[in-house]
Amino acid sequence: MALNNDSGDGISRRRVLECMSWTGTGVLWSIAGGVPRSLGIIDEAVAQERPGLTFLQISDSHVGFDKPANPNALGTLEEAIGRINALPVKPAFMIHTGDISHLSTPSQFDDADRIISQTRLDVHYVPGEHDFLDEQQKLYRERYGRGSKGAGWYSFDANGVHFIGLVNVIDLKAGGLGNLGAAQLEWLEDDVKGRSASTPIVVFAHMPLWSLYPEWGWGTEDGARALAYLKRFGSVTVLNGHIHQIMQKVEGNVTFHTARSTAFPQPAPGTAPSPGPMKVADGKLRTMLGTTSINFKRGESRLAIIDTALQN
Amino acid sequence: MQASVRNVLTAALLGVLTVGVLSAALCTARAQSAVAVSIDNFTFNPEHVTVKAGSTVTWTNRDDIPHTVVATGHAFRSKALDTDDSYSFTFTTPGTYEYFCSLHPHMVGTVVVESAGGGDAH
Repeated sequence: MALNNDSGDGISRRRVLECMSWTGTGVLWSIAGGVPRSLGIIDEAVAQERPGLTFLQISDSHVGFDKPANPNALGTLEEAIGRINALPVKPAFMIHTGDISHLSTPSQFDDADRIISQTRLDVHYVPGEHDFLDEQQKLYRERYGRGSKGAGWYSFDANGVHFIGLVNVIDLKAGGLGNLGAAQLEWLEDDVKGRSASTPIVVFAHMPLWSLYPEWGWGTEDGARALAYLKRFGSVTVLNGHIHQIMQKVEGNVTFHTARSTAFPQPAPGTAPSPGPMKVADGKLRTMLGTTSINFKRGESRLAIIDTALQN
Repeated sequence: MQASVRNVLTAALLGVLTVGVLSAALCTARAQSAVAVSIDNFTFNPEHVTVKAGSTVTWTNRDDIPHTVVATGHAFRSKALDTDDSYSFTFTTPGTYEYFCSLHPHMVGTVVVESAGGGDAH
C-alpha cells in the first residue's frame, strides 16, 4: 500500500507521524501553557529538538502565609517543587524572583530552603519586599546575598546569556513605585558596558520593571533608566513576580513577563478594591498558581517562555 | 506655616460641611486624645486625621498582607504589621506628619497635630 511505502516521496509515514507528534506537543506547550505530561519517546525527541539553555522561574512562594486565600502556602510550594523534580528534562538552574517568605522570619526562610533545595538545582534569588522585613535585611543578606553588591544585585553568565538580578524593593519613596536607586543604576550601566549587542540579556527583579499598574504600585520608578542601558541589545527578556499573575508585553527587542505565585493569586489590575490576596474556589486555586520555564535557543532572539499551572 | 495649615484645614472643613457625616467624623477625631486608623484594602482609613498634641494614634492592620507605618520625615517608623497587629505613636509636637507604607508606597496618609492649648496652633 502506498501508505506503508517508506521510500519514494522523500518522507516516510513514520517520519510524518513523528513530525506531527512533535508539532502537536509544541502546540500543546504554547496554547495549553503546560509542559508535556506523557513521558517517553516524544519528550526525548522534543528535548533533542530544543537544545540550548532551559531554566526555571519560581516566584512569590510567601512561605508562612496561612490566610483564607491559601491556608497552606508551604504545601503549594512543595507541589510546585514536586512538579519541577518530575520534569523530563532537568533545567540548568532556577531563578526565584522574590517574596520567598511572607514575614522574613528565620523559620520561614528555613522552610523555603528545605523545600526548594529538593530540586538540587542552583537557585539565583532576588528579594521581594516580604524578604526585607527584619532590621537591616540581615536574614536575606546572610542566606542569599553572598557575592552580591549593595542590597543584593549581581550578574552572571550561562550559555552565552548574560543574567542580571536587580533589587527594586528597598528605599521606596512615599507615593512612589518600586525603586532601583542611583548606585544600582550606575552598577548596571557599568556591568553591561563592554558587552556585545548580540549578547542575549535576561533581567530579573521582584517588582515589574515597567509601569504595569501604578495605581496599585505595580511598576518601578526608575525602571526606564535601567531599560535605557539595555536598549542597544538585540534580545532583552525581563522576568518579574510580585503581581501573582501572568502579564506579558513586547516592546521592540524587550519582552516583559511576570510569573504566577506558588502561594496565592492576586486580582487583575483594577478589578478589586485592592491588590491583596484573592480568595477563589478551592478547586480553582491551583489553576492560578504555578511556575515558568524559559528556553533560550542560540540564533533566536526571543526566548520561549512557558507558564505551567499546578493544575489545568 | 501653622497659620497656612489652619487655612487649609478651614478650607477643607468648609469643603466637607455639605457632607455631614464626614465633618462629624473629623470633629470626633479632633476631640479625642486617642485616635484609631485602620489599614484596609491597602489604604489608611481615615487617610487624614487631626489631633491635639499629646494624642496617641494607633494603626491596626486589617489586611491579609503586612504593612508598615513610616513617617516621610523619619519622626516614627513601625515594624512590619501582620494581620491585626497594631502600632501606636504619641504626637507631642504640633505639625503636619506625612506617612506611608514602606512596602506599598502608594499607600499614604497624614496626621495633623495641633497645639493642645484650646485650638490655638501657636
